[in-house]
Amino acid sequence: MARAATTADAFNAVAEPRRRQILDALAGGERPVNDLVTLLGLAQPQVSKHLRVLRQVGLVDVREEGRQRIYRVNGRSLKPIHDWVTTYERSWAERFDRLDVLLEELKGKGEGDGGDDE
Amino acid sequence: MTSSGTAVVTLPTDTQILITREFDAPKHMVYQAWTTPELIKRWWSGERGEVTSVEVDLRVGGRWRYVMMANEGFEVAFHGEYREIVPNERLVSTEVFEGMPDGEALDTLTLTEEDGRTTLTVLVQHQNREHRDAHIDSGMEGGMQEAMDRLEQVAISLR
Repeated sequence: MARAATTADAFNAVAEPRRRQILDALAGGERPVNDLVTLLGLAQPQVSKHLRVLRQVGLVDVREEGRQRIYRVNGRSLKPIHDWVTTYERSWAERFDRLDVLLEELKGKGEGDGGDDE
Repeated sequence: MTSSGTAVVTLPTDTQILITREFDAPKHMVYQAWTTPELIKRWWSGERGEVTSVEVDLRVGGRWRYVMMANEGFEVAFHGEYREIVPNERLVSTEVFEGMPDGEALDTLTLTEEDGRTTLTVLVQHQNREHRDAHIDSGMEGGMQEAMDRLEQVAISLR
């Protein structure tokens, strides 16, 4: 099935599980490519390919240190994704808050079979 | 207190949505509230509108259909079919938003109880990422923050 290019935006970029793994690994702090290769258990060219996609949509930044390339997460570019999920989360939160009220009521009615006395 | 926790939404894979929430009530009550039409009407729309119709035929192969009149004045309806029923523990059903009839999802509700508290999870499995993303977008119907504030007041007044 046709889908948008992986480089189109942050949403497409994180749709790939390996790239989410990379972001998870970088969440704890910046890391050189070799670290990521070890952590993910992938060949270096594959890791580099994923990193290139992440960089193109601004999800990671890179700096040179000697002969190493060090990557880090760019939190700001994750915000649209966070916001997107948060609005959905909120509508469930509303439902569940109502459910809480209802359950309190049900518990009140059910006290008779629990041996509680007035 | 009525406030037991925060709904947590994660996206475990490209095609899934996982919703998790804890409740200060035993699981049979959560199940009852989840499957009884007159109780569903009281929570399912959240603050987005009023539930105007609930049909529940709670048996494997049985159908369900919920209709909500949204605050903005339009009607939204969902329906599906029950696939697996383990009372008080697990409920698997299909779910179709009638505004997007191609996007059938498979919902798995699980309830686990510990010390009288229930952890609820709903795993929504979509057929593809486009449908999942559209589903999440649907949560964006306006004024959520204001609605949250209103909800808090309503909840307090009900106690």
